[in-house]
Amino acid sequence: MIPEIVAPGGTPAALVAAIDAGADTVYCGFRDATNARNYPGLNFTATDLKEGIAYAHARGRKVNVAINTYASAGNTRLWYNAVDTAAALGADAVIMADIALLDYTTRAHPNLRRHLSVQAGAATVASIEYYYELFGISRMILPRMFTLDEIAELKARAPIEIECFIFGSLSPMTEGRCSLSAYATGRSPNLCGVCSPAEFVRYDTVDGELICRLGDFAINAFGADEAAGYPTVCKGRYSAGEADPAYVFEEPECLNAAEYIGALRRAGICAFKIEGRQRGRFYVAEVVAAFRELIDAEARGEALAQHAGALERLRRLAEGGEETRGAYRKGWR
Amino acid sequence: MTTDSLVLGPVLFHWPAETLRDFYFRIADEADYDTVCLGEVVCSKRTSFFAEALPQVIARLVSAGKEVLLSSLALVSDERELAAMRALAADTSGLVEANDMAVLRELRGRPHAIGPYVNIYNEDALDFLIRQGAVRACLNPELPGTLIADLARLSSIPLEVMVFGRLPLAISARCFHARAEDRTKDGCQFACKADSDGREVRTIEEVPFLAMNGLQTLSHGCANLLGELAPLRAAGVHRFRLSPHSGDMVATATLFRDVLEGRSEPGAATQRLAPLHPDMPFANGFYHAAPGHQFLAPG
Repeated sequence: MIPEIVAPGGTPAALVAAIDAGADTVYCGFRDATNARNYPGLNFTATDLKEGIAYAHARGRKVNVAINTYASAGNTRLWYNAVDTAAALGADAVIMADIALLDYTTRAHPNLRRHLSVQAGAATVASIEYYYELFGISRMILPRMFTLDEIAELKARAPIEIECFIFGSLSPMTEGRCSLSAYATGRSPNLCGVCSPAEFVRYDTVDGELICRLGDFAINAFGADEAAGYPTVCKGRYSAGEADPAYVFEEPECLNAAEYIGALRRAGICAFKIEGRQRGRFYVAEVVAAFRELIDAEARGEALAQHAGALERLRRLAEGGEETRGAYRKGWR
Repeated sequence: MTTDSLVLGPVLFHWPAETLRDFYFRIADEADYDTVCLGEVVCSKRTSFFAEALPQVIARLVSAGKEVLLSSLALVSDERELAAMRALAADTSGLVEANDMAVLRELRGRPHAIGPYVNIYNEDALDFLIRQGAVRACLNPELPGTLIADLARLSSIPLEVMVFGRLPLAISARCFHARAEDRTKDGCQFACKADSDGREVRTIEEVPFLAMNGLQTLSHGCANLLGELAPLRAAGVHRFRLSPHSGDMVATATLFRDVLEGRSEPGAATQRLAPLHPDMPFANGFYHAAPGHQFLAPG
């Protein structure tokens, strides 16, 4: 079986671009705190989603709706309504992390496919089994900490589909269990769906260096010849103890696991996820088209080296020009 | 009237086994905690060092009249750790506190506690966990006071809030102490042992920001909710967790008890708390839905 390409639909235009470029599935979210990419100018109204699903279904493709933040006490209705809307509009699956939402969906929409979001932070076969037994999840999106060997073992033991990340921005922290951004800004990504909210980001020039700040903290500094990055706390440059400033948590690099397409497919991965709902439609179309070419070629038994053009395009698109194989190669930990 | 309980959270740092044993002996003999959480929460590689002393420590705490809670790892990430957590869940010598869903699965159907590393942000998630056997829950320290109050109003089990100590902000499969020393996680040589309260992480402008602790990232600021004890109690929270540091945790407990029992004002107690834990500025921003590092004056 050829694994699905699951592409980011940050906007209706990106959804269309991803499908036209060959994505099998697009994932997207509503324009509120119910999804983990709640940034200004992104996401879907109910009408947008209805149109997006119609566009996808007319072409035999799917739309999964991410409702993957945590419902806030006393305000759970906002999240349950999002599930009801996704179900009513014919979404192919909902992607969730909060056990309240998983429980609600299991009861209210038993036939709607439930995917476990990476935001649930489920990191072992046992925790995946917990969600499977209690909420009948069909699929889990694997946290980005697993090695290839562990993925193969997991797939051999877990009775569900496994989707994994193939391209995009990585977090070194367990997703859904990180308060670093909230510590600097007061806004919890788990509750608000925003990590490093734009209203707390500032860029200052000091002695020819561009300093990027989040709230009261300088997260990184860039020389005139460097490409400035966004101030995400876990990808900042800091001094730990006596050492000089360095990327103490993670380099600001982009996962590019194109070379592992075959190994991941053989390990039993059914879907490759591209991160980047904050990305524009041209970026999404280019990444999807490159992976369409590579995944189809691999399925035909061709060596990926014959597709140097697609591999090179991905290298170029990798954030900041630096790419990583993430945890798939041993030694990341 | 519900009585207030002081809970000593698990030691998050890699202290030498003798230091840890003596710390708990002193807690047993001298400190005003009702409950003491034992167990390695951050890194399973540290566990073996203290295993030998653990039964003795439990016995000393229990005979001093303290309840002992056994805390699980916050991130269970392989089969060896899972096997250890299964053994922990099978332990009947005390209530087990689950900090990871993998452990919750093992505890389902019998009484257990929920630790601060399991996400509970709403009453329905809490109810679900109660139906699975949870008998108490310590909330994630990033929760604002309004949300804590909503949860406490709707909860049928006692809720606990972390009121002292560096705040656990993130957990990773990667060890940052090992990375800082250019070592792998497997070959870490226990670099974390050098930092009894975590290793300070400063910004490029030399502003203290975070504290690394192996796989865990903590705040540089130290939670101090002395000024918020009264509204927490009014909201129905009566369990208060203090997270251990190398400063005097016996005297720290006394300061919190004095405020709970009206013998001391939060402002005065804060002034006496600061010298016990030097180089850790106080923080209570999360409670006030402000940036977590801020310290807003009591009142």
